Amino acid sequence: MKRPKIAFFDFACCEGCQLQVANIGEALLDILDIADVVEFREVMSEKWDQSFDIAVVEGSITDHHAIERIKMIRSRSKLLIAYGSCATIGGINGMKNNFELDEIRKEVYGKDYKYFDTIKTMPVHHVVKVDYFVNGCPIYPPEFITVLKAALSGIPYDVPDKSVCIECKFNENICMYEKGLTCMGPITRAGCNSWCINNGNICYGCRGMVSNPNEKSAKDILEKYKIDLNLILNRINMYNKCRELEDNEQKRY
Amino acid sequence: MNKKDININVEYLTRVEGHGNIVVNVEDGKLEKCELQIVESPRFFEGMLVGRSIFEAQHITSRICGICACGHTLASVQAAEDAIGFKPSIQTIKLRKLLLHFENLDSHLLHIYLLVAPDLLGVKSFVPLIDSHNKVVRRALRMKKACNDLCDILVGRHVHPISCIVGGFTKLPKEIDLDNMLGILNGMLPDMDATIELARNLKFPDFERETEYVALVSDDKEYPLLMGDVGSTDGVRMNKKDYKKITNEFVVPHSSAKHAKLSRESYAVGALARFNLNYDKLHKKAKEIAKAISLKPKCTNPYLNTAAQLIECVHCIEDSIAIINDLKEKKINQEETVVVGLNEKKTVKVNAGNGVGAVEVPRGILFHNYEVDEKGIIRKANCIIPTSQNVNNIEFDMQKYVKENLERSEAEITLGLEMLVRSYDPCISCSAHMLDVKFINGKK
Repeated sequence: MKRPKIAFFDFACCEGCQLQVANIGEALLDILDIADVVEFREVMSEKWDQSFDIAVVEGSITDHHAIERIKMIRSRSKLLIAYGSCATIGGINGMKNNFELDEIRKEVYGKDYKYFDTIKTMPVHHVVKVDYFVNGCPIYPPEFITVLKAALSGIPYDVPDKSVCIECKFNENICMYEKGLTCMGPITRAGCNSWCINNGNICYGCRGMVSNPNEKSAKDILEKYKIDLNLILNRINMYNKCRELEDNEQKRY
Repeated sequence: MNKKDININVEYLTRVEGHGNIVVNVEDGKLEKCELQIVESPRFFEGMLVGRSIFEAQHITSRICGICACGHTLASVQAAEDAIGFKPSIQTIKLRKLLLHFENLDSHLLHIYLLVAPDLLGVKSFVPLIDSHNKVVRRALRMKKACNDLCDILVGRHVHPISCIVGGFTKLPKEIDLDNMLGILNGMLPDMDATIELARNLKFPDFERETEYVALVSDDKEYPLLMGDVGSTDGVRMNKKDYKKITNEFVVPHSSAKHAKLSRESYAVGALARFNLNYDKLHKKAKEIAKAISLKPKCTNPYLNTAAQLIECVHCIEDSIAIINDLKEKKINQEETVVVGLNEKKTVKVNAGNGVGAVEVPRGILFHNYEVDEKGIIRKANCIIPTSQNVNNIEFDMQKYVKENLERSEAEITLGLEMLVRSYDPCISCSAHMLDVKFINGKK
């Protein structure tokens, strides 16, 4: 079999997911035994200008140049994996969409704001077709390995569509609502092994919302613990603001 | 002078964190243009923070950068606590110092091995080193993993730490965790010795430019990383609250990173700045290494920032061991574990205020500044990143380097400039709010 070629690309993001990949260590080396990494800008000077089998893309699309670049990458690759919240759901970058673009440019760059091109934040699949999604901010390394194996073997991967609470219960954590806090666990996609709650913090919803959140039960929780709905909505918008674009102007691939 | 034309245009400089270009244009032997263009898409973090709870600031600003997520976390938490009037406990401060050591150690090692060593060994990336210098690559990966493991134990993970928040830690290390961290640190010592041996044999380019260096300074005996005033080698000393008088930021059209200056046309921050200002306070083992590689303050060769990072690695390991031994002796008080979330239970008292965090992260001094109302909502946010402060200084270094090396080929100049920029370990994702080299054709 011909060795598959893998290339890593990044758009607007913190590049933390690349680091997570670099941090995987030995399990990654095993996979690299059967594939060639042809481009990985953060750690490699080598550049590859031909086609490849798998493009692994991190970051959100936030300016006109990025739209052209991602289309070019898509046209050169057989498969495309979007990884990290910025790429899969828009993530933190989506918070920008809470503001008028001119207003937020002025807030950060003052009177010279016009030098800085920006558009509404979009996840990758709003611009090109995505074959595999790896959610999370940052990605959970074991899930990335699973997806990479699936892509290399040509089989599909279904993103978990149950709530973080299910994994959290298995980990025997005390519910954050019982501790008097609000937590995004009930409406957020599992797959992270309730990483944050295991470490005493709350879930911020970085893996995106489950496709069919139990609204009635969520309302019961809000009533039971006397929580203002706006607080939760504001929180949803930290990672999930871009979902609004899907209902309105954007076509989902 | 050599009357030639040079056009360099490096797009998407590699082996740096984030996106930047180097553009050089020499016509008839006269330097017309020499810029480090920051082309990273602006991400508008300061704007996004407005209207959000101060208790969300750490989570959001950690996402400015995956490499220095712990550094941003610490600066954010310090600024937030300063703004709302919260004083952290002594145990919390010790654990934060420990986290900052892990962050500096991790980032310095990544920079020394994966980003700089290939240049000094004459290859394009660490990839060919897997065959030619297999032991070196394995050692690099082993040390990197050790740093990750340390962060996993202390704060849940290195990329976007979980448990370090406003008020303290949501999970505190147990006795066994302290022992495990100690075991990992002691295990790193032989690899650290081998790293020093490697560095001793690396040849750094000769280049000097008289520069003003800025870093935290203090009156006590501790090498200041988490706390202190802001000082410079030109004799400036100010309270961190006056950070704007230090950075004097301005916007230039070719860069989405703002530029900075203090007493002169530009200044530098980072490991070399800290070394130049606080050499006396380094751990004695770190000072021995400095002597062994003939690095002494004040050093004005920017390429030697990498050597200063190496010396800091020794300091970070030794001081981390000291902090953990102290924590073991005093025992961790688990009752200090905090449950804060969005402060729904008002466990942390909030006052309206304006707070500044000034922390020495891997690439230099990082400022976070928040203005918070009485409900704990952020009204104004400002983050000034080390790389933003360095970009202006890098451009002055580049200009001097090009002028002094006009007789060389474009390829040699390009490599020299790339290495120069990399020596600052620029973190472009952070500063865009930054690297490829472009020698542009003046006639285009």
